[in-house]
Amino acid sequence: MEAFLQSIGYDSWVLPALLIIPLVGAIILLGLSQTADSDAELSGSNARARVIAFVVLLIEFIVSAGLWWSFNPANTGWHAAIDSQWIPMWGIRFTLGIDGIALMMILLTTFIMPLTVLGSWTSIKKKVHAYFAMMMILTSGMLGVFMARDLFLFYVMWEVMLVPMYFIIGIWGGERRLYASIKFFIYTMLPSLLMLVAILYLGIHAGSGGTPNFSYDNLVSHPTLAPRVALWLFGAFFAAFAVKVPMFPFHTWLPDAHVEAPTAGSVILAGIMLKMGTFGFLRFALPLFPGTAMNPTVRAVIVTLAVIGIIYGALVAMVQPDFKKLVAYSSVSHLGFVMLGIFALTLQSVQGALMIMINHGISTGALFLLIGMIYERRHSRAIESYGGIARVVPVFAALLTLVSLSSIGLPGTNGFVGEFLVLVGAFKPYPVFTTIAATGVIFAAVYLLWAIQRILFNPLDKKENEHIPDLNWREIGLMVPFIIVIIWLGVYPAPVLRRMEPSAQKLVTTVTQGAQLGAQAGAPAVAVSVTGAAR
Amino acid sequence: MMLLQIATQAHPLAGTVAKWVWLLPLLPFLGFLINGGISLFSAAHVGPSDPDMGHGHDDSHGDAHAISEAEDHGAHGDDHHAVKPHRYAGIVSIIGPLVLAASFVLAFMIFTTMRSVDMTTPFIQRYFSWMPVGTLQIDAAIQLDQLSMLMVLVITGVGTLIHIFSVGYMREDPGYPRYFAYLNLFVFFMLVLVLGANYPVLFVGWEGVGLCSYLLIGFWFSEKANADAGKKAFIVNRIGDFGFLIAMFLLFSNIGVLDFAGVKAAAPGLAFGGALVTAICLFMFLGCAGKSAQIPLYIWLPDAMAGPTPVSALIHAATMVTAGVYLVARSSFLFSIAPVASLVVALIGGLTALFAATIGLKQWDIKKVLASSTVSQLGYMFVGVGVGAYTAGMFHLMTHAFFKALLFLGSGSVIYAMHAAYHHTGSHEDAQDMRNMGGLRKYMPITWGLMWAATLAIAGIPPFSGFFSKDSILGATFERAGHSTLADASLFGIPGSTLLYLIYVFGVAAAFLTAIYMTRMMIYTFHGPNRTGSAEESHLHEAPWVMTGPLVVLGVLSVVGGWFNLPAIIPIGKIGVLDGWLDPVVGEATRRVAEAGGEAAHGASDELILIVVAVAVAVAGMALAFARLKPQTLVPASQSPEEEGFERVLAHKYYVDEAYEAAVVNPTYQISKRVLWRGIDAGLIDGLLVNGSSALMRGFGWVGSRIQSGAVGTYAWVLVVGVLAVLGAVTLR
Repeated sequence: MEAFLQSIGYDSWVLPALLIIPLVGAIILLGLSQTADSDAELSGSNARARVIAFVVLLIEFIVSAGLWWSFNPANTGWHAAIDSQWIPMWGIRFTLGIDGIALMMILLTTFIMPLTVLGSWTSIKKKVHAYFAMMMILTSGMLGVFMARDLFLFYVMWEVMLVPMYFIIGIWGGERRLYASIKFFIYTMLPSLLMLVAILYLGIHAGSGGTPNFSYDNLVSHPTLAPRVALWLFGAFFAAFAVKVPMFPFHTWLPDAHVEAPTAGSVILAGIMLKMGTFGFLRFALPLFPGTAMNPTVRAVIVTLAVIGIIYGALVAMVQPDFKKLVAYSSVSHLGFVMLGIFALTLQSVQGALMIMINHGISTGALFLLIGMIYERRHSRAIESYGGIARVVPVFAALLTLVSLSSIGLPGTNGFVGEFLVLVGAFKPYPVFTTIAATGVIFAAVYLLWAIQRILFNPLDKKENEHIPDLNWREIGLMVPFIIVIIWLGVYPAPVLRRMEPSAQKLVTTVTQGAQLGAQAGAPAVAVSVTGAAR
Repeated sequence: MMLLQIATQAHPLAGTVAKWVWLLPLLPFLGFLINGGISLFSAAHVGPSDPDMGHGHDDSHGDAHAISEAEDHGAHGDDHHAVKPHRYAGIVSIIGPLVLAASFVLAFMIFTTMRSVDMTTPFIQRYFSWMPVGTLQIDAAIQLDQLSMLMVLVITGVGTLIHIFSVGYMREDPGYPRYFAYLNLFVFFMLVLVLGANYPVLFVGWEGVGLCSYLLIGFWFSEKANADAGKKAFIVNRIGDFGFLIAMFLLFSNIGVLDFAGVKAAAPGLAFGGALVTAICLFMFLGCAGKSAQIPLYIWLPDAMAGPTPVSALIHAATMVTAGVYLVARSSFLFSIAPVASLVVALIGGLTALFAATIGLKQWDIKKVLASSTVSQLGYMFVGVGVGAYTAGMFHLMTHAFFKALLFLGSGSVIYAMHAAYHHTGSHEDAQDMRNMGGLRKYMPITWGLMWAATLAIAGIPPFSGFFSKDSILGATFERAGHSTLADASLFGIPGSTLLYLIYVFGVAAAFLTAIYMTRMMIYTFHGPNRTGSAEESHLHEAPWVMTGPLVVLGVLSVVGGWFNLPAIIPIGKIGVLDGWLDPVVGEATRRVAEAGGEAAHGASDELILIVVAVAVAVAGMALAFARLKPQTLVPASQSPEEEGFERVLAHKYYVDEAYEAAVVNPTYQISKRVLWRGIDAGLIDGLLVNGSSALMRGFGWVGSRIQSGAVGTYAWVLVVGVLAVLGAVTLR
């Protein structure tokens, strides 16, 4: 496989290709959308749009899959790197490249996207072409975020991804879609603007001869910021990422966005876009400002918020009457584990955080798809409108049970590996916080098992549930890849862990050393500035 | 790592039949895949057009059942449609028990090989790397030693018998393939639990059996109570698992390894009785208390009786619930250097043994009597492993697996007969309430005889198996009270010696109560006049041989099980077989606690006195029950008055469930709902902070409404062109 990839020069074109392919798909879709006149023609054209979208994203996945083999974990530099001029007068370059962390995020994205098209097969009825075009643009934006090595390019991609999601929620969403989409947009846009200011400051600060320099490598290797400045800049990055994660208490956009978004929107939001936040911490916030991020006060605040998020998210999830909202709050809990893992900053905890980022994408994505399937049949997300349907829809029941078990971290499924690694790694630096966080495994069982009991088990006491058709072959087929990954990552995650380990190790080392250097240079200053900022 | 591999290569089991050890768990797993596939495949064909649909294909009517079915009958009409076997019942009946039997045969072959070689170190097989992260190296590996072999034989042996019994018991259930799929999966996880070579792999089995327990308790999930019971079991177990996890984290952050061999090697380096090892052991014991239903986490086990009775026999008596005892014995290298933690284990065990026995006195549901009894007997086992008599604890684990499985399966036969009788007459009486039984000896003589054998065993009447195992625990407790590292330690300022004497007294008292409630159960079920009803009486009969056969085997084992480990004072056969067998695993730890070098405080005469006391107590209990209980005065359950006073407290299990509900469950729910969600989330964050800046929101809302003009295609175009223009700058430059 490696030899074949080498013979076609795979590494030299794969990253730009991954950005271009979905955009080509979007152009084709938008070009075709003009031609429908009659109803019959429209439905035929819609069917064509679905197939095109699926095929394009499938090609995207196949192209990206080569990265699994071409990636060499031993090489801790940038993989498949691209570097060319873009806007020279502002010192902005078009530089792409991935490490082990970005590799897995890209594969997660390209894995989930075609499946979300299958999941939207029948549920999207209006403006089908535009809908799938939005998903294409979104794909490019998300992949761009994972690939960018230039901070300005990163910011462009960050915003590119925001707009299609705004439309997906706002046009194809539920009843309160406008409220949810605007809330989503403003909630994530405002802190992103702060981050833009911070990026501009960094670029100009690092520039020479009047030309800014947004190169990631350059900024990471030259942390020459005054502690007080670093704190403010870190704060701007933190705001943008913390909302995206979302960390408690910046999470309230998420339940609304999830509930109102169409199924595919929820899957993408939870499965991929939430990881933008934690990815941002790993890629930017920590390596750029190691002294600030590892400042004991800052760290303690963030770890506290993470642990609150774990427990709070689980408890609030428990009392939700709406299944989609329940899963949305469970995301707050899961991502709390990720944040704990990142800021505990041991190799195990960071690797665990990365595993949860993947696992949460798989498990929560699958959960939203399943909810979407049952919603299409009964048009209700309320848990109480179900009950006892396991004997009406046994295949659905089996899948929902399995996916839920993976979400609550049953050993043997993917969920356990991530949670275990985060906790085992975080225990040494934070024994008390980790012990509190570990109670999250109890609450996870409470809210999900209780929910699936009320949906699948108990008496079948509602007439309208007695004749729900079970899953069809398309739906079973689109769940199978999820099930395979759930078991695979639970039983044999070693290949994934090995691919990420050098990058995770490098991150831990860089940030730890950077923090020590900073501590030697200006520890008192940071302490002062932190208390200053607190006022 | 290098050392480990050299040891493996030089191991006496290398190259023998033991290399197939991975097949032990894999065979039941294959059974799960086949039966599960059949279950899903056949279920998927029950479409909305199926005439059975309204009645539900998973209906539970063919079966025994704790809960009144009145509502269900109302909803689904009749009793008749479910009484035809599943269409794939034939193949399932073969595969389900066969994979277990094959596993048992293989286990026995490995066992005989182990007996023929001199094996002092465990046989470790490493298959692949599971979680390799830096210094944390967790392998998918199997460890075979005398302790795991004992467990494997009990699990596959008793498991096979229970699988065969299930063929008869569950035959008419519409969920037949699903039942066997779950049961096979359970055995798979149980074998992973006892064969895992490190704590995380053990934990896979540990939570896996919890999952199967959850699925099987809630097997008849259309009853809310059953689904509730399954969920309760899983959640209470998870509370314990939390403790287990913390114990693992403590081990990794302080020792850096999680495999048994590594921890055992590092254990001597830990401070004897230090805070660290005590904390590790106590957190681990929290896990044991959850899995093995000890105070304060025992509450799930009585409810777990909602599952099919063979499940109660296999999971909630013979195997899964003993996993905690196994874990303590497995970690004897830690517990033996943590005397305070060991005292806690023994004390909780003693308290649970006594407490649960009192509950057993006033239960009317035959399975609830046995459930309380199981909790109580598990308490004995913890006394055993707590006082550092690891072999005694494992010995009782084994004999208990025999006689309690027999008691549960026997009660299953009784319920089967009762249910069939009520089924014939269309009565909705409770088939598990002993007040509806009585005089069953006449109709089911084999079951009656076998259950008496098991009752004598559990009551501790010599020479039945339970006598020997219980006596070895009580004897060890008394001996340790006189002289051991535990006696020298203290807990909450109370000397260990005093505590151990107290635990001994608890044990003797519990033995007395055990004899009473077991005799009570036998009298009410099998003796006196029959209360089932005149119409039903003619339909009461012995179960088919596929069910009675396994009972006979278990009956024999319950009688002769004591010969596996005879004490020196009763030399009616080979002495201390099990002691010798387990010595390579727990011998060192046992001697450390007992301080073998020191002088024994009690001699042979003391030992004899202890035996006399134990037997006298058991006989007194049975005699008291025979003298005081009057089955003639009982009336059927539907006509019985509610208990009064303390009896009522006992019947309601001291209202502990209600107390937990009021003190923990409800407040958590209400606070989550009212304070966290409505208050903080919707009120404070969203209401005040987010929507508070509503002017801004309205501004954006206006922009949003412009965007909503419908020309999405145009906007998408703009987006694509914009993105391309930005990216295109690359090529233009």
